[in-house]
Amino acid sequence: MSIHVKFFASMRDLMGDDRDIDAAVVEQQEISTVDDIWNYCAEGKKRSDNVLVAVNMDYVDGQTLVKEGDEVAFFPPVTGG
Amino acid sequence: MKIVIDSTSFDPWRVLDDYQKNMSDLDGQYGATAVFIGTMRDFNEGDDVSEMFLEHYPGMTERHLENICLQATGEYQLIESLVVHRVGAIKPNDPIVLVAVWTAHRKQAFEACREIMEDLKSKAPFWKKEQIAGGEDRWVEKNTKGY
Repeated sequence: MSIHVKFFASMRDLMGDDRDIDAAVVEQQEISTVDDIWNYCAEGKKRSDNVLVAVNMDYVDGQTLVKEGDEVAFFPPVTGG
Repeated sequence: MKIVIDSTSFDPWRVLDDYQKNMSDLDGQYGATAVFIGTMRDFNEGDDVSEMFLEHYPGMTERHLENICLQATGEYQLIESLVVHRVGAIKPNDPIVLVAVWTAHRKQAFEACREIMEDLKSKAPFWKKEQIAGGEDRWVEKNTKGY
């Protein structure tokens, strides 16, 4: 199953990902959660409790299951306005 | 209802004037307009800030702002609403955000304008990276408690 993963702002820096906003397509086993996706991508880096997660642009928690083609995004607390 | 993510500088008063002029079919229906404009400061957490970069999540940011305005429209009987937010490189004194709402009475206008702003500040996916005078840059980790 292919999942599109994006990191924004300081999360992108944490990942050492300089490929701009669009990040990787990762191959995962058929049953995976958001936490599994993080663990696959982060190579041991800890995810702070305040990191926010969205699947297909809706906020979710780490236990949310992902499916083929989903877009998973990790980002720090928002600071707009 | 209109949501704009703008990568170029905007004049909020002109945008507001143009938007309201295009609402002439609503003349006579609204009795209150509440407006909030957020502007970039040249200081944060005790440091001088010379420049800032605003990042967003294309697609999710627009959708989230639309949802905030739709929710406020139902809750406060908004007749019209407008949100404009800058992204990209900005300088002190540049406008960052404009929120405007039109309602029949002032209570709904004040409350809806505030609620949209507070939701935007706490949930809409934008991130600021500020350039400290002297060279260093840093991500803003959290918004200043401003209310």
